[in-house]
Amino acid sequence: MREFFFLFLVIVAGTGGELCVTRAMKVIGEVHDFRPAALTRFVFRAMRVGWMWIGIGMMTLAFFSLLAMLSIENVSLVVPVTALSYAAGTTGAKLFLHERISLQRWIGVLIVCVGVTLVWLSRR
Amino acid sequence: MKDSPGLHFKTYLLLLLMVLFAPLGNVLLSKGMKGIGSAKNWAAADLLRILLKILTSGYIWLGIACLLAFFVAYMLVLTWADYSYVQPASAFSYAVVAALSYFLLEEVVPPLRWAGIGVICVGVFVVGRTPPRTTEKA
Repeated sequence: MREFFFLFLVIVAGTGGELCVTRAMKVIGEVHDFRPAALTRFVFRAMRVGWMWIGIGMMTLAFFSLLAMLSIENVSLVVPVTALSYAAGTTGAKLFLHERISLQRWIGVLIVCVGVTLVWLSRR
Repeated sequence: MKDSPGLHFKTYLLLLLMVLFAPLGNVLLSKGMKGIGSAKNWAAADLLRILLKILTSGYIWLGIACLLAFFVAYMLVLTWADYSYVQPASAFSYAVVAALSYFLLEEVVPPLRWAGIGVICVGVFVVGRTPPRTTEKA
C-alpha cells in the first residue's frame, strides 16, 4: 500500500511541480539573451514568481518520495514506472496549461502506460 | 545554427552523458537508500533519523551530483537541439537504468520487465515525434 502512496507522490508531485515551473516560465517569457548577467537576472525574476516556489516545493516532495520508494523497491522497477509521469503530464498540460494534445501524443502516452503495466506485473 | 560534424559530435556526446548520468544517479540513490532502509514507523524521531542518514550518505550525494550533471547536459543540449529530438533519445535511460541495476546492484531483471521497458521506450519515442509546441506563441 505504501508503495502506491509513494509512487502516487513521485508522479503527481513531480509532474505538478514541473507544470508549476512551466507556468512560471510562461509568466516570465522566452529567454533570448544567454549571457551570464542576463541569465542571473532571469533566475532572480523567476524566483519572484509564486508558481516557481510551489513547483520547487512539489519537486522536493517528489524527490524524497522517490528516495522512500527506492528504499522499498528495486531501481529497475521504480524508474521505468515513473514514466507514468508522461500520462500525468499530458493530462495536466491539457487541463492546467490548456495545451492542445494531438492524437499521436495520446497514442504515445497509451503505449507508455502499457509498458508501465508490464513493468509493474514483473514485480515479485 | 549551422549543421556541422562538430555540432553532431557535441550533441551525441551530451546525449550520451544524459543517458549515463540520469540512470547512474538513480542507481546511486538506490544503493544509498538500500543501505539506509525504510522507516519502521512514521514517528517524527524515526523520520528525522532517516533524514540525517540521507544527508550524510556519500552514495546519495554522488547520486544527486550525477542528476545535476544530467540536468546541466540536458539544459545545454536544449540550447541548440530540438526538444522533440532530445526527449526520445533520453528514453534510452530507462533501458540503461535496468542494465546498470543488473550489473552494479545485481538486481534480478525479469524478461517481462525488459519487455515493459522496451514498450515504454517506444511510447516515449512516439510522444517525441509530436510537435513540441501546441499553443500559439505569446
